[in-house]
Amino acid sequence: MPRYSGFRILAEGLRGNSGWQPAWRKPAPKSSYDVVVVGGGGHGLATAFYLAEVHGIRNVAVLEKGPIGHGNTGRNTTIVRSNYLLPENNNFYEHSLKLWEGLEQSLGYNVMMSQRGVINLFHNDAQRNAALRRGNSMRLNGIDAEILDRDGVKAMCPLVDLDNGRYPVMGGLLQRRGGTARHDAVAWGFAHAADARGVDIIEHCEVTGMIVEGGAIQGVRTTRGEIRAPKVGLAVAGHTSTLTDMAGFRVPIETHLLQAFVSEGLKPLIDCVVTFGAGHFYISQSDKGGLVFGGGLDGYPSYGQRGTLPEAEHVYAAGISMIPALGRLRGLRSWAGVMDMTPDGSPYICKTPVRGLYMTAGWCYGGFKATPGSGWCHAWTIAKDEPHRLNAAHTLDRFREGRMLDERGNGPFFWAQ
Amino acid sequence: MLRIPCPHCGPRDEAEFSYRGDATVTRPGPEDGIEAFHGYLYERRNPRGWQVEWWQHGAGCRAFLKVLRHTVTHEIRAVATATEALEVPEA
Amino acid sequence: MSQPHRLAAGGHVDRTRRVSFTFDGRRYEGHPGDTLASALLANGVRLVGRSFKYHRPRGIFSAGVEEPNALVELRDGARREPNTRATVVELFDGLAATSQNRRGSLAFDWMAVNGLLAPWLGAGFYYKTFMWPAAYWERVYEPLIRKAAGLGRASGLPDPDRYEAAHAHCDVLVVGAGAAGLAAARAAGATGARVILAEQDALPGGDLLNEPGLEPWRTEALAALAAMPEVTIMPRTTVFGFYDQGVLGAVERVADHLPEPPPHTPRQRSWTIRAREVVLATGAHERLIAFPGNDRPGVMLAGAARSYARRFGVRAGENVALFATHDGAYDAAFALAEAGARIAAIIDPRPDSPAMQRAREAGFAVRAGSVVSATVGGTALRGIELRAAGGSGRGDAVAADLLMISGGWNPAVHLASMSGAALAWDEGLQAFVPGPPAQRERSAGACRGVHGIGAAAADGAAAGRAAAIAAGFAAAPDIALPDAPAPDHRPHPLWEVRGRGKAFVDIQDDVTADDIRLAHREGFSHIEHAKRYTTHAMGTDQGKTGGIVGAAVLAEARGEPLAKVGLPRFRPYTSPIAWGAMAGEGVGAHFQPTRRTSLHAVHEAAGAVWMDAGIWKRPAYYPKREDADAWASVLREARAVRERVGICDVSTLGKIAVEGPDAAIFLDRVYANTFSTLPVGRARYGLMLREDGIVFDDGTTSRIGPDRFFVTTTTAQAGPVMQHLEFHLASVWPELDVSLASITDQWAGIAIAGPKAREVIAGVVSGLDLSNEAFPFMAVADCMAAGVPARLFRISFSGELAYEIAMPAGYAAHVWQAAMAAGAPHGIEPYGMEALGLLRIEKGHVAGSELNGQTTAQDLGLGRMLKKKGDFIGRVLAQRPGLTDPSRPRLVGLRSLDPRRQIRAGCHLLLPGGDGSSQGWITSATQSVVDPGWIGLGLLRDGEARIGSEMLAANPLMGEEVPVKVISPHMHDPENLRVRA
Repeated sequence: MPRYSGFRILAEGLRGNSGWQPAWRKPAPKSSYDVVVVGGGGHGLATAFYLAEVHGIRNVAVLEKGPIGHGNTGRNTTIVRSNYLLPENNNFYEHSLKLWEGLEQSLGYNVMMSQRGVINLFHNDAQRNAALRRGNSMRLNGIDAEILDRDGVKAMCPLVDLDNGRYPVMGGLLQRRGGTARHDAVAWGFAHAADARGVDIIEHCEVTGMIVEGGAIQGVRTTRGEIRAPKVGLAVAGHTSTLTDMAGFRVPIETHLLQAFVSEGLKPLIDCVVTFGAGHFYISQSDKGGLVFGGGLDGYPSYGQRGTLPEAEHVYAAGISMIPALGRLRGLRSWAGVMDMTPDGSPYICKTPVRGLYMTAGWCYGGFKATPGSGWCHAWTIAKDEPHRLNAAHTLDRFREGRMLDERGNGPFFWAQ
Repeated sequence: MLRIPCPHCGPRDEAEFSYRGDATVTRPGPEDGIEAFHGYLYERRNPRGWQVEWWQHGAGCRAFLKVLRHTVTHEIRAVATATEALEVPEA
Repeated sequence: MSQPHRLAAGGHVDRTRRVSFTFDGRRYEGHPGDTLASALLANGVRLVGRSFKYHRPRGIFSAGVEEPNALVELRDGARREPNTRATVVELFDGLAATSQNRRGSLAFDWMAVNGLLAPWLGAGFYYKTFMWPAAYWERVYEPLIRKAAGLGRASGLPDPDRYEAAHAHCDVLVVGAGAAGLAAARAAGATGARVILAEQDALPGGDLLNEPGLEPWRTEALAALAAMPEVTIMPRTTVFGFYDQGVLGAVERVADHLPEPPPHTPRQRSWTIRAREVVLATGAHERLIAFPGNDRPGVMLAGAARSYARRFGVRAGENVALFATHDGAYDAAFALAEAGARIAAIIDPRPDSPAMQRAREAGFAVRAGSVVSATVGGTALRGIELRAAGGSGRGDAVAADLLMISGGWNPAVHLASMSGAALAWDEGLQAFVPGPPAQRERSAGACRGVHGIGAAAADGAAAGRAAAIAAGFAAAPDIALPDAPAPDHRPHPLWEVRGRGKAFVDIQDDVTADDIRLAHREGFSHIEHAKRYTTHAMGTDQGKTGGIVGAAVLAEARGEPLAKVGLPRFRPYTSPIAWGAMAGEGVGAHFQPTRRTSLHAVHEAAGAVWMDAGIWKRPAYYPKREDADAWASVLREARAVRERVGICDVSTLGKIAVEGPDAAIFLDRVYANTFSTLPVGRARYGLMLREDGIVFDDGTTSRIGPDRFFVTTTTAQAGPVMQHLEFHLASVWPELDVSLASITDQWAGIAIAGPKAREVIAGVVSGLDLSNEAFPFMAVADCMAAGVPARLFRISFSGELAYEIAMPAGYAAHVWQAAMAAGAPHGIEPYGMEALGLLRIEKGHVAGSELNGQTTAQDLGLGRMLKKKGDFIGRVLAQRPGLTDPSRPRLVGLRSLDPRRQIRAGCHLLLPGGDGSSQGWITSATQSVVDPGWIGLGLLRDGEARIGSEMLAANPLMGEEVPVKVISPHMHDPENLRVRA
């Protein structure tokens, strides 16, 4: 019987909610595991869950330096979609989206995955042609996509100013199966489900060193002692370079800031996820009523989790240009995450130069939607010591080989993705 | 918001500048091969701490400047012109 | 219409004038100087809102920005502002406010039924249910939740008001104009430093506004500041964030206190303030105590009740109780007594204190060692229950219509924390105060735990003086400080009184102490987890009054000190800020600048239909009355070029002067092909790669002199190419003696193309022999055009005999008109971007859709251009196997087999009868004029080998599948005879 259900809520409510147990245990670390996953965000916890669930590898520890889910998992704009151009990417993200679609039932935890539709607006012929190329690529790979004309955009999101004075809206590319999920609940749900399958989730345990002998990983040193493991997976968005420096190799990653914002709570106003094609801006409304929105990178490397004012002003300006009715609403809070930016905008889920060391990294600002897919593929790669076909292209070596996965043609600049 | 002291123009808002990557790398010679260029273009330092980096004062003198900046606190400790040496401090 | 709770005298309201307003449709009156909250209280309105989850009745809780409850929809129509705190709204005549988050009336909100379901609606209940059946989440559960959630309603209409962005610099920024801030500004200003004093309130003074005895010092301080020319006082200005390197953001509410902004006035103005030194004098927010029923209308922070009495002349209750844990709160009882209220009881968990003794001496009933264990009443407080501190069960009942509470003070450390300073625990104050500064800031007064007006002013003066000295100014004589002894603000650490009923730690989001304990029981024991799981301190008030109370409840549950549990991280903004203010003026039509060429008016006069090319406006085509549709216009223009002659504005192309002794060497390194061999007076097509070997840009570059080149770029890449050249010159080859200048704006460009182009040019240009021998394809020369200095290029994008005239931008219209006149006998027609695109597709020239940052020179059939010897950017990495892989898609031409069936850019190319996998895609498509029908360019796997074969152009998005033939991309005049004619 699932731990969480409507029936259980009824029963607990009648006895003062005194019977609830921790959603995941708080074990002390053992001295060794079959697999150590570094990073207790969504990706790391998902990796552990799928190691246990799909591959039967349950002697697993997830090491997290703070509380789980407090990195980028807890500071993003919660958008889920698979509307990518390149087959290597759209097949991966579609797999991830399919996992999202059954995630509540797999985890026994309501992550509030809400398929409200994601619209990318376009404003000129070139953008429309790019949307057609991308949408057709999706359709040919079995992924849902629709092209909307102006009336279609208006019907989905009536507040969008189609004739905004600078870049009138021509139409939009819609993925109806895209949407949002409750970001914190994703970490908690994966933690809950992984824990139930025997995974040790060890919070407040920072990795301070990597034990590498003879070119192979042997374990990690942590603030809570040495933990041995023949296989170690890294899922430490924003801090990958710090860990790979410890392991003695460099990765094509630069760490950048991305801000996100939320408004005061409002009665339902915006029903889908909509992105502005004429400026970097995206918005949706959470179930609690806050408008959640964001824009582009702050533009320089930082581990500071602290955003800059001019970029924030630009995001707000883009928002009003797309939806003039936002003007009198109020921004409540802003925050910033640190992103592993790669030179082609695509991630790494792969083996590394150190034997037994694997990574899911380089998620740029698209990591949230990838959470289940990343964990699934990372777990596969760790369990089989080789990538699944879905992540076969997402290697560190692709730049050496000239096989970049450059969705937008912006490369090779970390800060331009 | 960063305030960058341009040696030519004085302290200016970050909005006048654009970042252009790690300034400690040197472009390899034409015969150095793919591996050398791969290192130069892709395997950049990504320090959690002090970094010397290129910034262009695009809305000012347009000079490319070397800026010693901390990637956690964002403190800017030194700015040099493109041909001046600027080292990353040890600690 | 009386104001039954208004005092006869005292405070900062102007009783000589009346201001009329409505709340939920009922008319009331107040006075200038009132807030909406003080005016409602003056009129006896207690019930002002409903809570987020349980829809419990809520009243006015505070007198400032920290208000969790009294949120209203202010104004109506397009100016409606949901979630507006009644406690900070300045009353204006005609103000209309409406209560929010209710179904039915405010008094009978049927959503209050949620209160009965509370046992099942505890923290995080939604994570544990609504999972089955899977499809019900979006269809059933979520819509119900969304409808119930949220607070106020947005208007959904475009905001009619305007906002400004402004910038300021100062030596010392002082945030907050209470006693500490005023003293800091005076002390800093006395040194001659440029000082900005920002105050969120309309009236400077802070707590001084509640102290009639200190009014002389306040007015004297303001007069002194007004007399200092380098001091700027900014009232109604909220500093919302402390960013890097002394930059702070602020919003000035210019016209929110008026019914609507006067003409030429913005509603609000956002300020970016760059300060050498910052003094934070942001005061403190009073702390609630969690006890059952602590949310009932009539329960109010003690300092707020005192402020309503002293500043606004309003008695917030007639029969008043005080529940406090420290001496600092007792003045509220005296203030209410002075205001004519009866003090029913003072409840204090401590055994005794100096303030208690004074209260007893004043005749108040002091219940030492007691706590409030419950409140009684419906939508308004009728009484409270008391019991011994540490006891349990029910206690004595005391009738009261106002319960003033104070659990201590929370220093407003938001800005200090955002600046990077760590917070430190102060055991005496039971509060977090700013730790050592990380930036050039210092806190003064109550925001660092220095309470009492005299002490805060002294602290502020010291901070202001130190800041000015740190900013480089010499110390000035001391300023006069107010003499006001302060009671002890150190509270007895009482956070919660347990009992039956809901004890709220977050009154806005309906988070109870039990919710925090439930979160802990379920393992959400870290403060950030507890916050997110319960939504504690995530409302519009950001937990200013109760945030630390929730943390304390969590600390107790964890069995750890509060200092270790800590607070969630402070992030912008200190208070919610209007979206419009953050956006400023650069919205709508001004979101990005609009660039127009120097020929814009000429095109406008010719009736051009415009299109956006990046930030440029360019003519798409020039419709004529006889054209049936847009395609007819485009085909007519293209036909004119192919058959006669056309004229086109190409001014948007990037133009860069590359000059100096090493200019040729430099160009050889940045272009994939060679320029050092280019003779003076000739142009050459050039291809630039990025360092990763991908094509960056193309264009025609001419040699004007031995050391002088004129580089052109595509419109889109003009900026990036300039930056690319500058970067490599500065960082990689600083030894090269080359100078670069962007001259895009200085030079306009006009293309004249078609078999009759030479005749037209002959009618415009003088001083040149235009014969094919003297001025062949790719020739360049200076000349006179229509009497003005110009430069003539014989280059062609269209595939016809063609020239481009470059001239100083100011002469462009003159030359264009001369060319039109010279071309009239030959049937010249202007052509726009659409025809330009048609012509280049027929010719097989690549443009932005092919130079998309993903293609190599080989992909585009330009591989032979790469020079075999010598270094150039992109040479090495272009040799990577993935980029030389023969299976990469190659540029091909395509033709729809049925000339009537359209093919579109963005179609994918499939094998007929194949597995449906994409073999490539169409990059550009058009109708052809040389061979009518639909043609295109595409990138196709095994492209060259597939020339002559048939494919399907699939566009599943639009339900189209069109058979096409793969052909050479060079569809028109592949031998280049026409351009050389």
